[in-house]
Amino acid sequence: MFQYFLNKLSTTIPTFLGITLIAFAFIRVLPGDPIMLLGGERGVTPERYQELATQFGFDRPIYIQYKDFLLNILSGDFGQSFVTKQPVIDEFLARFPATVELSFAAMFLAILLGLPAGIVAAVKRGSWFDHTLMGLSLTGYSMPVFWLGLLLIILFSSILGWTPVSGRISLMYYFDIHTGFMTIDALISGQKGAFRSALSHLILPAITLGTIPMAVIARQTRSAMLEVLSEDYVRTARAKGLSTFRIIGLHAFRNALITVITVIGLQVGVLLAGAILTETIFAWPGIGKWMLDSIFRRDYQVVQGGLILISSIVIVVNLTIDLLYGLINPRIRQTRG
Amino acid sequence: MALLEIKNLTVEFSTAHGPFRAVDNIDLTVDAGELVAIVGESGSGKSVSMLALMGLLPWTAKVTADRMALDGKELTDMPQNQRRRVAGKDMAMIFQEPMTSLNPCFTIGFQMNEIMARHLSLTRHERDKRAVELLSMVGIPSPESRLRAFPHQLSGGMSQRVMIAMMISCNPRLLIADEPTTALDVTIQAQILELLASLQQDTGMALVLITHDMGVVAEVAQRVVVQYAGQQVEAREVIDLFDTPKHPYTQALLAALPERAKTQQLPSIPGVVPGQLDRPDGCLFNPRCQYTVEACKRIPPGIQNGVRCHTPLDAKGNPTDPNGLRQDMKVSS
Ligand SMILES: Nc1ncnc2c1ncn2[C@@H]1O[C@H](COP(=O)(O)OP(=O)(O)OP(=O)(O)O)[C@@H](O)[C@H]1O
Ligand code: SF4
Ligand SMILES: [Mg+2]
Repeated sequence: MFQYFLNKLSTTIPTFLGITLIAFAFIRVLPGDPIMLLGGERGVTPERYQELATQFGFDRPIYIQYKDFLLNILSGDFGQSFVTKQPVIDEFLARFPATVELSFAAMFLAILLGLPAGIVAAVKRGSWFDHTLMGLSLTGYSMPVFWLGLLLIILFSSILGWTPVSGRISLMYYFDIHTGFMTIDALISGQKGAFRSALSHLILPAITLGTIPMAVIARQTRSAMLEVLSEDYVRTARAKGLSTFRIIGLHAFRNALITVITVIGLQVGVLLAGAILTETIFAWPGIGKWMLDSIFRRDYQVVQGGLILISSIVIVVNLTIDLLYGLINPRIRQTRG
Repeated sequence: MALLEIKNLTVEFSTAHGPFRAVDNIDLTVDAGELVAIVGESGSGKSVSMLALMGLLPWTAKVTADRMALDGKELTDMPQNQRRRVAGKDMAMIFQEPMTSLNPCFTIGFQMNEIMARHLSLTRHERDKRAVELLSMVGIPSPESRLRAFPHQLSGGMSQRVMIAMMISCNPRLLIADEPTTALDVTIQAQILELLASLQQDTGMALVLITHDMGVVAEVAQRVVVQYAGQQVEAREVIDLFDTPKHPYTQALLAALPERAKTQQLPSIPGVVPGQLDRPDGCLFNPRCQYTVEACKRIPPGIQNGVRCHTPLDAKGNPTDPNGLRQDMKVSS
């Protein structure tokens, strides 16, 4: 198991280096002079130009530049926003909890509905439920995120007036930040109605963001279950006279989970990509919106740093999933060394 | 009263090419403590008929029977949830592929424990203790530590021993063993068969042994049922059947036994068991039978004196002609 983990860990190193290389090249391959780009819209004087060139080391050999870049990242220095003059890492950390809260909520919904739906569809394969679910999941999967978001806003916010259109909580409430998760902080604050407000702001973005993962999880769970249900050990479980619930929920599902957990892990990357659109539609102040705003503002230092930070998170999440995979699969858990 | 009584068991699968009758009007009686073998080549419906009895067939299978009773209890009209509990308790089954029959995600101890938890009123501690006893009974060394092992840590022979221990844990009256040794090494095969036979002796349970090996039948069984393409073709005491096979298929199976063969190469009956799409008219065995007469190709033979043949063989192994079908007729092909 330890050996397995080390193996997985070592494969992430090239991935990480690759990402830094892309981010490093990003500024340098954009059309135009990188210094002019970094300098922003209003242009720079020749003196300022020279100053910037020295500050960013553009006057030094490229491999030295990369080495410095890498060392800075490893020491937690992701540069500075040109617009706000704040360190990129600080800006990132300030917005990260909002994205995590949204992603958790989206994933929670996706798993809560997707897993059981996939299981039932597999057990009742060929039934109307199965056909309906597969149709729905195909629709959910192919529906563009912004389109779905807008539809939800029109229906639930504009027509029904059930949910707010944007933001994380009503301006009526103010309380200290403890966790950065609005719903949890609202609970801690104990203010009447605060939690409700936070939740009602969260629900539409979560549905929007969670739809694709939900569709994928439902489909993959169904196919994993179908495969597992025809295995010999499921027949053995039935020959033992066990209850249907135990046969499906324990013997079959436990094995299907080995595949499904990988699928769920892969959805995390999808989730972060989807967050950019979702956060923009719902004016959700997370890193997705932050990145998009930065692109429009040509705040390339932020884009560069954000890219690396987000990718690193995906790497860490995937590593965690690999670890979980190892833990639930006895063939891996049992190996020593 | 017989322990197991099956009358007119038929299983039809609905397939893309229409219904397929995999088991065709099978009868079977097994007395308490008896060892009955079911033999026949691949595809003759041995597994399907016993899976139908256990209630383990997929939903595409339509099972009908005039009677299917265990210990006097009729299974066909039993409520589903009650019927399900008969499996594992009153009758149990082990399978051809021991390596894939155990759940790879759970320990041996867990899998043995849960069947006892379902059917017996023992405490957890008593179940663990019984699991250890059972494992040593089936010849597994250091059983305590085996309880914590996962299936992938066991060999095929060991897995089959675990399956046996697990399936007899609730003292079933009847154990069905579906080709329990086919997937194993030759040396292990004999050990497992010996184990099954001795367990059957010790516990007094009845054993239905499915096999396609006539040699195995000769060694352990008391009675034997020969099946071909879903039908029973001959059902008799083992000694009699080996002595004077009455059905041409039985005769051919016996002739195919290595020790009886006159030639060196491994003998077998030419041709294969007909499947869904190549069922012949008349007697299902007629394309492969060496005694086929014209009537065999038109009229399906019924069972007479335990043999499904128009011209059953006599003591010398030659076809008789009780129905006058052979007279004045040349033997076709
Ligand atoms: N689920 C199923 N759907 C359709 N046909 C099936 C199904 N299961 C078995 N059959 C068919 O039923 C027939 C009998 O199969 P069965 O498994 O009982 O043969 P068998 O005598 O046990 O052979 P073997 O020695 O290979 O185990 C075969 O032709 C097989 O293809
Ligand atoms: S009925 Fe005819 S074809 Fe069938 S086994 Fe007897 S002799 Fe052979
Ligand atoms: Mg079989």
